[in-house]
Amino acid sequence: MLEVKDLVVAYGRVNAVKGITFEVGKGQVVTLLGTNGAGKSTTLRSISGLLKPVSGEIWFEGERLDGLPAHKIVERGIAQSPEGRRLFRQMSVEDNLKLGAFSRKDTSGVKADMDRVYDLFPVLGERRTEAAGLFSGGEQQMLAIGRAMMCRPKLLMLDEPSMGLSPIMTQTIMRTIKELQADGVTILLVEQNAQAALSLADKGYVLEVGHIVFSDSGRNLLGDDRVRRTYLGAD
Amino acid sequence: MRAIISDETKVRLRYPARAVGILGAVLMIASIMMPWAYGHEALDDMGFYGAPSPLQVFFVILPVIVLLLLAAPLVGKPRLGKFARALAWNTSAKTASIAATATVAVALIDIAIELEGLVNVEVGGWLALVGGIVAIAATLFLPDSPEPTLDRMKSPNWLQILAIVVLMGMLLFTAAFALSLDKAGQFLMFAAFLVGVVLVLRQVGVFAWLGLAAANNNRVLVLSAFIVAFAFPFTQNGSDANMSIASQVLIFAAAALGLNIVVGLVGLLDLGYIAFLGAGAFTAAVLSDSAFATVNFKPPFIITVLIAGVVSSLLGLLIGAPTLRVSGDYLAIVTLAFGEIFRITMNNLDGTDGPNLTNGPNGIPGIPDLNIFGYDLGAVHDILGIEIGRFANYYWLMLIVIAVIIVVFMNLNYSRIGRGWVAIREDELAAEAMGVNAFALKLLAFAGGAFLAGVAGSVKAHMDTSVTPDQYVFLESAFLLAAVVLGGMGTVMGVLIGATILKLLPEKLRFFSDYRLLVFGLLMVFMMRFRPEGIIADERRQLEFHAEDEELAEELEEELITHHGHLNPERKGFDL
Repeated sequence: MLEVKDLVVAYGRVNAVKGITFEVGKGQVVTLLGTNGAGKSTTLRSISGLLKPVSGEIWFEGERLDGLPAHKIVERGIAQSPEGRRLFRQMSVEDNLKLGAFSRKDTSGVKADMDRVYDLFPVLGERRTEAAGLFSGGEQQMLAIGRAMMCRPKLLMLDEPSMGLSPIMTQTIMRTIKELQADGVTILLVEQNAQAALSLADKGYVLEVGHIVFSDSGRNLLGDDRVRRTYLGAD
Repeated sequence: MRAIISDETKVRLRYPARAVGILGAVLMIASIMMPWAYGHEALDDMGFYGAPSPLQVFFVILPVIVLLLLAAPLVGKPRLGKFARALAWNTSAKTASIAATATVAVALIDIAIELEGLVNVEVGGWLALVGGIVAIAATLFLPDSPEPTLDRMKSPNWLQILAIVVLMGMLLFTAAFALSLDKAGQFLMFAAFLVGVVLVLRQVGVFAWLGLAAANNNRVLVLSAFIVAFAFPFTQNGSDANMSIASQVLIFAAAALGLNIVVGLVGLLDLGYIAFLGAGAFTAAVLSDSAFATVNFKPPFIITVLIAGVVSSLLGLLIGAPTLRVSGDYLAIVTLAFGEIFRITMNNLDGTDGPNLTNGPNGIPGIPDLNIFGYDLGAVHDILGIEIGRFANYYWLMLIVIAVIIVVFMNLNYSRIGRGWVAIREDELAAEAMGVNAFALKLLAFAGGAFLAGVAGSVKAHMDTSVTPDQYVFLESAFLLAAVVLGGMGTVMGVLIGATILKLLPEKLRFFSDYRLLVFGLLMVFMMRFRPEGIIADERRQLEFHAEDEELAEELEEELITHHGHLNPERKGFDL
């Protein structure tokens, strides 16, 4: 579904992503692992068109994406829940969700999807007129995921959805990701919480300073010594 | 302040304090039956016993409010019923005493200046001041009231509609009266009085309730506001002096509303906005029937308006296309420079180098009055036995223009595009990640705002009868921006109020025209410190400016819970 070939992305003269190649199959959950500065978020940003790659190719359902502006990429069915949530804090829950559906013109479908988000996260439905900035971290993360779902994405990219959340809230979020996968949404997940991410990923890629150092199925990576040592804190 | 007099003292002294406060208010009321000044020139002849002058009567209103707020609780809680807690009696009384005293102080200072010396203030004036100070001192000893909850009380719809209509009627009366005050001292005193009344009503909780009523009866509000605005020329009976000011205010307000889209909704700082008004004015001027018009094409005004708007928005696109990709400070600098380039270009398009379009610094004088569908805006019309002069005609024309602008603005604000604009203002990157085409939307806002200014400019050209480059200096851009920020970014009502204040005050207070910038500068500094969201707050923006307060409140709450084991749900403050 999504293919990334030899992607190089730079901030100024510094290459943050130094030629990575990976793919995400339809209906899969794929996770990118790595420490801070490994280039995970940069990769997501260049897929969603917020950053222009220096070289390499990004293909989505047989169409080349790199070079397209961000709003065109959203129209193609790729949604991103950015790092740090980046909600519109002064807007109501409802307005945030409507903005998630900005590229859509079918009002009734938007309404139905909004109800779906409220079903998934009842707390959002109860407080739909309140400003997003007044919600707790976990609730904001729910809203960020809900907002990204509002454009009815084929591919949903989540950037550190568990950041700053309690273990229980992290579990809720991970369960939601599984439910979304069951609904047929393909998910590209960036996480620092390797344990949680790998236990639900079909496939994982490990990034180190802009390179993919190895990749395997989620289950195998969970048992891999190198991964355990570096990301799971086991010795 | 709170620490100076302890809460226990306040509760203990609440009856004596109330009595002393009432005494102060009575003194103030009595003072108007006495002369305030030895001379007859200051304000409006306050030199008689037993015969208050019209202006003196105003000094009764605030003390009477103080008296009511202090005396009513004495009848006892049960008789006040639900109002016992709904109004912030004590705190409002304090605000009212301070406002009443401030109004008296302004009057006394004016008497002292006009008659040269405080010695000319007579017994009544001093009595009023003393009464005021006594009232303030007494109310300081009253326990603080809880926040007013008038807005949470149920009220019948007819009452809400009546309140809106009465408010609008009072607005008309107030505007007509304020404009009729020719002397700066009188006007200042009245302005101080108005500010005082507004603050007191806010403290009592009337405004929160009115806001709710207005939200419930939006159509009634808009309709009555327009009827009042439309009726305003009838209160002037053919006098052009005030109508000239009023129509200038409307042109300024129309431009400010256009700028409000760019600054208030999208959050782009435009420091050269006046150039778009100028472009519209020059376009209308060169296409007019003036003998000095440089283009030999004279379309009817309806077409000219559209051409002026289009020319302005093309300029907007021209300046926006290369610069809207940069943001923040860069855009401010580029637009600032653009404003100057526009003025200098207009100054130099005099035919010496290149075409003669504007006659250089002389500009285009002799622009004839408009004639729309046979209605000559330059002539005096007789409607219902009241003379409607030239400026009143232009005032009505601008009123129509502003009505259209407001309708467009409101529809945009609550549309998909408006949502995209606000999203860009809050977080451009996140907006783009949602599929908002930020660049296109910003360009649209820039061009749209410029179009509105162009339309306003085309009317301005005919109203002023001449257009010269030196009318469109940077200072005017700064004032437009100040009107938007002062009134409340992103709101219609706020910007209208801001534009009125910034245009009306210099006209009425000629003596301070030299210090205009100083005064407005100070005003802006105080606004940014104490009410950064502007006079009227945009509901979406409130959180932006007071997010820290919210966090602080949460922290305090948590602290209370952890230290005391429980959170007292009772409201703080002492009622009655």
